[in-house]
Amino acid sequence: MSTPEEQVVLAEHPLPEAPGEEHEETRVARRERLRLLLRSKTFLSGALIFGVFVFCAVFGPAVVPYDPLGSPTDILNKLESPSSSHLFGTDQLGRDIFSRVVVGARDILTVAFAATLLGTVLGAAIGLVTGYFRGIVDDVLMRIVDAFLAIPIVILGTVALVGLGPSKGTLIAVIGIVFAPIIARTVRAAVLSERELEYVQAAKLRNERAPYIMFAEILPNVTAPILVEFTVRLGYAIFAIATLSFLGFGVQPPAPDWGLQIKENYIIINSGYWWPTLFPALAIASLVISVNLITDGIARTFER
Amino acid sequence: MAIAQFLLRRLGLAIITLFLLSVIIFVAAQLLPGDVGRAILGPFADQRAVDQLNEELGTDRSIFVQYGDWIGGVVTGDLGESYAFRRPVEELLWPALRASAKLALLAFVIVVPIGIVGGVAAALKEGRFRDRFISIGGLSATAIPEFVWAVLMIMIFGLWLDILPVTAQAPRGAGFFTQVEYLLLPALCLVFVLFGYIARMARAGTIEALDADYTRTAVLKGLPRRTVIRRHVLRNSLLPTIAVVATQVGYLFGGLVAIEFIFNYNGIGQLIYRAALQQDFPLLLSATLVIGVVYLVATLVADLLYSLLNPRIRLASSES
Repeated sequence: MSTPEEQVVLAEHPLPEAPGEEHEETRVARRERLRLLLRSKTFLSGALIFGVFVFCAVFGPAVVPYDPLGSPTDILNKLESPSSSHLFGTDQLGRDIFSRVVVGARDILTVAFAATLLGTVLGAAIGLVTGYFRGIVDDVLMRIVDAFLAIPIVILGTVALVGLGPSKGTLIAVIGIVFAPIIARTVRAAVLSERELEYVQAAKLRNERAPYIMFAEILPNVTAPILVEFTVRLGYAIFAIATLSFLGFGVQPPAPDWGLQIKENYIIINSGYWWPTLFPALAIASLVISVNLITDGIARTFER
Repeated sequence: MAIAQFLLRRLGLAIITLFLLSVIIFVAAQLLPGDVGRAILGPFADQRAVDQLNEELGTDRSIFVQYGDWIGGVVTGDLGESYAFRRPVEELLWPALRASAKLALLAFVIVVPIGIVGGVAAALKEGRFRDRFISIGGLSATAIPEFVWAVLMIMIFGLWLDILPVTAQAPRGAGFFTQVEYLLLPALCLVFVLFGYIARMARAGTIEALDADYTRTAVLKGLPRRTVIRRHVLRNSLLPTIAVVATQVGYLFGGLVAIEFIFNYNGIGQLIYRAALQQDFPLLLSATLVIGVVYLVATLVADLLYSLLNPRIRLASSES
């Protein structure tokens, strides 16, 4: 996958917290953790930038000065450099780049969120089942994970999206499915150490059914690694979605998608028209950086 | 003996993984819209000609037969013939692979030393400004997709400074240094993407080594700090770095579609991209499988190096 890499992330995973403690105690620990998180400068700066993009995604279409899809008279002022009337300049069709960048936050955020959520739900379920039962299913699944890791996500995405036709739904499905086994591996590792603990043994002795033990007993105790994994994957999802839409497999024109804007405009950089490319590029860069700062903050807090 | 056993086991696992990979690729390729003969001959061709071509290519058979046919060929070293180019797949694959290898190699040569130095430098000042700067900077650089780096690099070096060529394909017959010059911008983008990973692993390894008993012993023994770091810390901090470098090889060989696109470079990423668009199954399948092979070989080599440098892993490796 265009994806750099798992081991790094795995190394950072927090150990699952000791279960079976008093409820009061875990609540205190949780509050303490939140307090630490809110004091982390990394987390706060990430959250701040991310918040700006969420604001753009929610309210963008209502507040931007021009129609991001353009209007018939736009062509009269095509390729104007940044000025007070067009903060980021205009593109080859005369559309206001500032408006397009702001509104573009919506698609990438919704698609990335949906894809990561799909991958996390699927992956957590697979990880719980295989980690709990182990055996042959587990072996087979781990080999499949290895196989998936051997091909870059951009390649898998390219093949699937050429086949199924580019659309938001396909993009979500493809990225979600590719992420699922990777997330499953992390969850599985956490479940493996949980299942040996007393509370699981006790539940077994009480004759609880397997689904109950997995989802009601173990799941609450592995939420920390799942949460960290979710934020890590969100960053990769944005990376992959931006790349795939740059290649033309994402949202289709004339949508104000960032990757697409770069695809349409990078060719004219050499003629001196840098602004139609620079601003969407900076938008992608700051969004992924913000997600990574958030991830870093959360992982650090859970590590303590 | 233990090493041979360990390697055999790893090799066995790699072969199973490769088999699964071939199935995944094949299934994914089945998603491509159906009629190959129609795709090659175009929408206005006679239906009989299309049928005949499908029969010739064998694309009218069941997918199980087709899979068997393909994988049988791969095992015996016959990768088939490209539909779109009407040439053996090997002829297209090798030049692309060589081009990709050149780019990957240049990026590695630059980024591995910088990454390790950065990681060690950060670890020696753990928690202080230098550490945070390197760690967060590396993390951020790594998170940015390489095509975004590519357009930024083109603006800076191609447009504003105007000192480097913005295409990667050097003129025919160009010498070594000219080739390097042409490859410098794309390689730089990869350096940005990879620096964070390598620095992070080197940092983690160094911190662990600094904490270890043998380091304390060496310090207490009265060895100068410089010697302790060089002899005891560095060696141990390099171990995890090797592992992370290997995991990036697959990405470097196949994941660079966007960069090859922007810099107009005929690597294997572009080859696969075009093969997918043209529904050129033999080329698509074999090229993707080759990427998988490269990745698995790199992982195996890393395992081997790792176990040679660190006997503890070798002995404890029955479970993974």
